[in-house]
Amino acid sequence: MSWVGRSIRRVEDPTLLCGAGMFVGDIGGAAAVRFIRSPVASGLIGGVHGPAYTIADLDADGVGNIEAVLHRPDYVRLAQPLLARERVRYVGEPVAVVVGATAAEAEDLAEQVELDIEPLPAAVGLEAALAPDAPLVHPAESESNVMVAGEMATPGLVEALEAAHVIVELEIVSGRQAALPLEARGSHAVTERFGGRTTLHASIQAPHMVRTVICDLLGMPEADLRVVAPDVGGAFGQKLPLAREDAVLVWLSRRLGRAVAWIEDRSENLMASWHSREQRYRLRAGFDVGAHLEALQADVAANVGAWPCYPITWGVEPLMALAELPGPYTPEHYGVRSRGIASHTCPMSPYRGVSRPVITLALERLMDIAAARLGVDPVEIRRRNLQSDFPHISPTGLRHDEGTYREAMELAVSHVDLGAFRARQSAARAAGGPQPGIGICTFSERTGYGTPAFAARAMGVTPGFENVEMSMDPSGYVTLRIGASPHGQGLETALSQIVADELGTDPSRVRVVASDTDRTPYGWGSFASRAMVLAGGATHLAAQKLAAQLGSLAAEVLEAAADDIVLADGRATVAGTSVGVDIAELARIAHHHTQRLPAGAVPGLSANAGYDPGGTFSNACHVAEVEVDPDTGGVSMRRFVVVEDAGRLINPMIADGQIRGGVAQGIANALLEEVVYDEDGNILTTSLMDYLPPTVAEIPDIEIMHLETLSDATVTGAKGLGEGGTIGAPAAVLNAVNDALAHLGVELNEMPATPERVRAAVRAAAGGNSAGETNRSTQEAPVQ
Amino acid sequence: MTEISAADVAVPVVLRVNGNEYRISAEPRRTLADALRDDCGLTGTHLGCEHGVCGACTVLLDGEPVRSCLLFAVQAQSAEIRTVEGLAAADGTLHPLQEAFWRHHGLQCGFCTPGFLMLSAGVLETRPDIGDEELREALSSNLCRCTGYQTIVEAVQSVRDAGEA
Repeated sequence: MSWVGRSIRRVEDPTLLCGAGMFVGDIGGAAAVRFIRSPVASGLIGGVHGPAYTIADLDADGVGNIEAVLHRPDYVRLAQPLLARERVRYVGEPVAVVVGATAAEAEDLAEQVELDIEPLPAAVGLEAALAPDAPLVHPAESESNVMVAGEMATPGLVEALEAAHVIVELEIVSGRQAALPLEARGSHAVTERFGGRTTLHASIQAPHMVRTVICDLLGMPEADLRVVAPDVGGAFGQKLPLAREDAVLVWLSRRLGRAVAWIEDRSENLMASWHSREQRYRLRAGFDVGAHLEALQADVAANVGAWPCYPITWGVEPLMALAELPGPYTPEHYGVRSRGIASHTCPMSPYRGVSRPVITLALERLMDIAAARLGVDPVEIRRRNLQSDFPHISPTGLRHDEGTYREAMELAVSHVDLGAFRARQSAARAAGGPQPGIGICTFSERTGYGTPAFAARAMGVTPGFENVEMSMDPSGYVTLRIGASPHGQGLETALSQIVADELGTDPSRVRVVASDTDRTPYGWGSFASRAMVLAGGATHLAAQKLAAQLGSLAAEVLEAAADDIVLADGRATVAGTSVGVDIAELARIAHHHTQRLPAGAVPGLSANAGYDPGGTFSNACHVAEVEVDPDTGGVSMRRFVVVEDAGRLINPMIADGQIRGGVAQGIANALLEEVVYDEDGNILTTSLMDYLPPTVAEIPDIEIMHLETLSDATVTGAKGLGEGGTIGAPAAVLNAVNDALAHLGVELNEMPATPERVRAAVRAAAGGNSAGETNRSTQEAPVQ
Repeated sequence: MTEISAADVAVPVVLRVNGNEYRISAEPRRTLADALRDDCGLTGTHLGCEHGVCGACTVLLDGEPVRSCLLFAVQAQSAEIRTVEGLAAADGTLHPLQEAFWRHHGLQCGFCTPGFLMLSAGVLETRPDIGDEELREALSSNLCRCTGYQTIVEAVQSVRDAGEA
């Protein structure tokens, strides 16, 4: 019986359930560090007065600058200091740092520090940053706030648009959002008194990468820094880039010779961690008479904040939009300009889905609007346009392996019974009051990509591969050391299932070691829906090697042919017979009776493997049912259906958990969550009373169905799915809100669809005034 | 130097947590959450916002779920406090709620889990027959960023239905 495919309980859970997890804030025994942050969005630093360290102290120690680089001619290169130097560029930017015996004392000390900053005009929103006379965020390095500008077009685009039967134009806007892990960031650094080696515990997603960059900045050998990600209380991309604070902690600990800890508070996290998703898409799409999308032209602008993130850079959002915008559809002609615009706001990092929630929102609103214009049903227009020949090569050269775009949609819409819904909707429209609406979203999720995909981005640092080291000890237990860095996903459990199948053992006999640079092979960590594919693939390959070693040893012991040995249920047996030996006995022999090993065999049982695939595409269809009150603008979720195809499912329970959690974030992105600045760059959403993650009251049960198209692009047949829930849900919800109010002529293309925005859209549709600001779709949407 | 106020001078505080007595010295401004974590060494109680919104720091005070980030340690002196560390039996047998969260996949990163467990324990002990809608209402006190909540609700419902809490 196979372990892969079974919903076994997670090995991670008992510790966490007993409150015995070890998060950074639980380590203790350290002096408390507090950062003093800029109170203004833009300004010149006149001086820092008080008991604090500043950039001058780092400079005196020769600490370097962060350089997050893309090797592209249109990319502005910057050197970012670990604390602000001369100039502050966003509210919350770290300017100075104090160290106190306790957190309370550090806060008291911080209050004694005075920042002398001369405020300057700030460019806050996209429009302000793009204005001809906009204040510049990096005036010494760039004459505009455009920091990266990608452009491409297929030949014949203009002609195809001219020849189109119908042109649909629309503008899509996404508010700024925060990943909001429930555990904010934090780190703890201690330096050995003798030997001078430093250990950094930090709440992060990529410990090996963090070790490299901090050692580069501090000019120290990597062997002298151990980086550990202990239990991490959620991350969702926010803990992927290097935190300046973590590098400062290592410097402080080495300079002071003492243990220091920084535990970010929630206000800091909302103000000065990382944001994402503030984007505007202007689409111009040409459809033929049969409602086929023939040509797609887009102008994308992403507000990328004041600094790039390392190593992903601030190209990640605009350039992902450029590369992946055609999504699951097949326009023959595609043209795009996509720019990253700097502003005096918090920097951006990837957040679950990165640009794809907005890409998908744009495409799926486009499909619904085009369907209405062409008099075609929303299901039918997708049926005519979704990929169905595989592999499909996109206009930007991405290879989509086999998926089930149409099948997933057909299954989802038949499950929800669209006919019955429409009857209910007609009755509700006749009755007035709150209105039901239904929205469909089909999308692809690019996952599990290695070095080739990252190399195509021309990054200064190219992530990609994953390595694992596997050994079986004399007791027959397996230790698997991985470069990936799981933080709540359940990867340890899923990998143990892969190992168990290959070695014929039980998952409970597998121990996974992760997230500690002293104990694991170099790897890139957990992000981009990659760990199951990458670390899972490497695990599969290493386990096959170890199985071969066990097989040849068993053949020697049992005097049989190695090809005839079957590993199952803890035993190695000769196929078709009852002749066999316990795997634990083989493990003993491999270590303690090596004279019995086959000639030339290496003592012990161990195997390493690396894996670095080109990538694969998952796909899914989401259907959201909402109820919208046109009088209050309130939206409540009534139903949510997901049909997901992520290839082979290793542990369906864990996969469903990823989907449900992702959908919850996507619903919140669609309706609730928004980081708000005033026009001077003061941030208005610095507590969970202002920034609104959902509670159980806002999230319905998620009905999930799976299709399993085994990927030919991965060794396990699995595809990633960690981000899909968040990618698809916003579009499904926005389409549902629009469907609910379609009879009123409402069109709402901005998320989050807060009650204010819904009301404004209702008023605008009724011919009222003052709604033009928020109902962007009423504006012309020219594309340059 | 900052002026020293009475709130900054540590006073002796006695806390009864999970049946054990902790004699600590704490400034009157010290929150119960900080005292539990830093002075009693009970780090299972987590801090997610320190504004009383997320509920990760929920503990039971005389059986009532409370936000330990919004209470001062000195306010909890005469109370029986229960934290996640006291849920499992002394021999390590998991509490039915812990078992149910495990079985239903009611946790991922585990950071909110102690708060949800204590909230659920408080709710089910006082209202063992709580209806589905009221249970959802009660569980909306706390935030989880990983699970989407459905499996947490199912876990608590299963314990309620079995009458185990």
